Amino acid sequence: MDSEYIISNWCSIRNKTLILNDKKEVDEENFINFAAFIKCLYKKKLINYPKFYKMDNLSKLGFLSADLIIKESSVLKNYNREEIGIVIANSSSSLDTDKVYQETIRDKSNYFPSPSVFVYTLPNILIGEICIKYQIKGENAFLVSREFDPGQIWRLVISLLDQGTIKACICGWVDILDENYESILFIVEKKQEDSANQEKKEDCRSFNIDNMYQLYKQTGN
Amino acid sequence: MKKVFVAGDNLITSLGFSTEENMSGLIRNSSGFQRIDDRSLSPIPLPLSTIDSILLQERFLSFHHNQNSEYQDDNFTRLEKLFLLSISDAIKGISPDIFGERTLLIISTTKGNIDLLEEKNASVFDVKRIFLWKMADVIRNYFGFHNTPVIISNACISGVLAIGTAFRFLRSGLYENAVVTGGDILTEFVISGFQSFQALSPEPCKPFDLHRNGLSLGEGCGTIILTNDSSRIKGQKIIVEGMSTTNDANHISGPSRTGEELAMAIRNAMKEAEVRSSDVGYISAHGTATPYNDEMESKAFAIAKLQEVPLNSFKGYWGHTLGAAGVIESIAAIHSLKKDIVIKSAGYKESGVSEKINTIKQNREMHFNHFLKTASGFGGCNAALIVGKD
Repeated sequence: MDSEYIISNWCSIRNKTLILNDKKEVDEENFINFAAFIKCLYKKKLINYPKFYKMDNLSKLGFLSADLIIKESSVLKNYNREEIGIVIANSSSSLDTDKVYQETIRDKSNYFPSPSVFVYTLPNILIGEICIKYQIKGENAFLVSREFDPGQIWRLVISLLDQGTIKACICGWVDILDENYESILFIVEKKQEDSANQEKKEDCRSFNIDNMYQLYKQTGN
Repeated sequence: MKKVFVAGDNLITSLGFSTEENMSGLIRNSSGFQRIDDRSLSPIPLPLSTIDSILLQERFLSFHHNQNSEYQDDNFTRLEKLFLLSISDAIKGISPDIFGERTLLIISTTKGNIDLLEEKNASVFDVKRIFLWKMADVIRNYFGFHNTPVIISNACISGVLAIGTAFRFLRSGLYENAVVTGGDILTEFVISGFQSFQALSPEPCKPFDLHRNGLSLGEGCGTIILTNDSSRIKGQKIIVEGMSTTNDANHISGPSRTGEELAMAIRNAMKEAEVRSSDVGYISAHGTATPYNDEMESKAFAIAKLQEVPLNSFKGYWGHTLGAAGVIESIAAIHSLKKDIVIKSAGYKESGVSEKINTIKQNREMHFNHFLKTASGFGGCNAALIVGKD
């Protein structure tokens, strides 16, 4: 099932652990909740992006994952911004924020619907946040499935790459509901062994369903 | 690469429960809006395009009772009933192998069963159905679709993206058929959100008009059957020819100032379809009637050299139906293409955008071979689709 595309970088944030390109970077057992954990990652990884604090939990989780792999890779150097796509999937859509928003309209005597909360009741806002930070303008799609379904993501990403309007794609899974969070993102691009621009990576994995699933599984515990 | 044909469709809006009822409503220029004063939806009266609940229940039961289904009729939410009714009508006359392994079900929705967050509904249904995949399971199991459905929730481009995704999978031969269904219902959740943005018009919306002042919401559901097996097509052959999405990378709740990114999606879709600007005979625009959206679209059409192309927005008839919009508006455009007519853009009198546009002021007969459908949404997303006669 090997394709001409590779996973050039990947990042997972699950179970109080951050893994970036096979390296366990942060492994914090002490945090009591997601908010504290994600704030710690933001500080430890020296990200400076004040808009981060305005984001909902889904966007914070996905933005941070994307920010880390983009900085590790040379994807922004190798491709035009409109040649980079983003395909993200999850299980809970924006339900984590939907519940927050519903609270603001539940009580008619205390009715305060807020546009800054409402806007995050769409899961693809996460894609918008990543695009804004890095001026990425290519194909985008947000999918929902019961659990991490690498086949669905793979089929869509391959069809976009094969069609040719994008040459690289940030793809994966970013899910959060209450305190249950998990994120795994991949940068997928063409194998370019002879190209001088391509960073040297002997351990690059082929972009296929098995490899996506293996990386997801190994970060599970 | 295989050709991707339109094999069937259904439209459910305030104008009717079938494509035929909707098309005759559009041709009569009937408005689907009513002034609704319902405190469970909005603290103030609003023009909304709603599907009559009693009629929906009647239509649903009359089809449901003819199914040999183990499901009880009160087991379905309002949105699930719309999806089931719409799919059942769209697949009429199509051989039952449409549920088999060569077919992919693609569901487009922004909010799904979001009304289950309201206490009054949460007690009636399994709250798990608030998950889009659970709602999708209900639809899949009702008909017995073999494959796990693909669910697309990408704001207001969801419907166009769902058709485009089906197009990609069928063109490459990954699947043979796709049942693409899009739907969203009116809820206090969605209405209050748009109100908080002060985005709602006090009168039925007026896309591209000088006096437009916001969008009007509606509910709807549509289904389109696509296939790469031309033997399934009876009569005129309509094909999906090109599709692209882009992101503005500008703002999460406001469109691009320049229209460059929508124009890029249009150019990509036209390139894939191998059509030039002069080949595009008609545009079914997103046209939400917010000041910024319509302005942005007019700029994109100018960049793509489409200023002269006759254009309308169907939202003046049935409002912005969110996850249904891209599907139902594409279906209305496909039937305009088949009938060689273009429909008046309801609510439009005088241009209120800075670039020249050719808005359709009266229904007219017009022969054309290709049309462009556009959509844009929160999160900065844009989509463009080209459909034509084979």
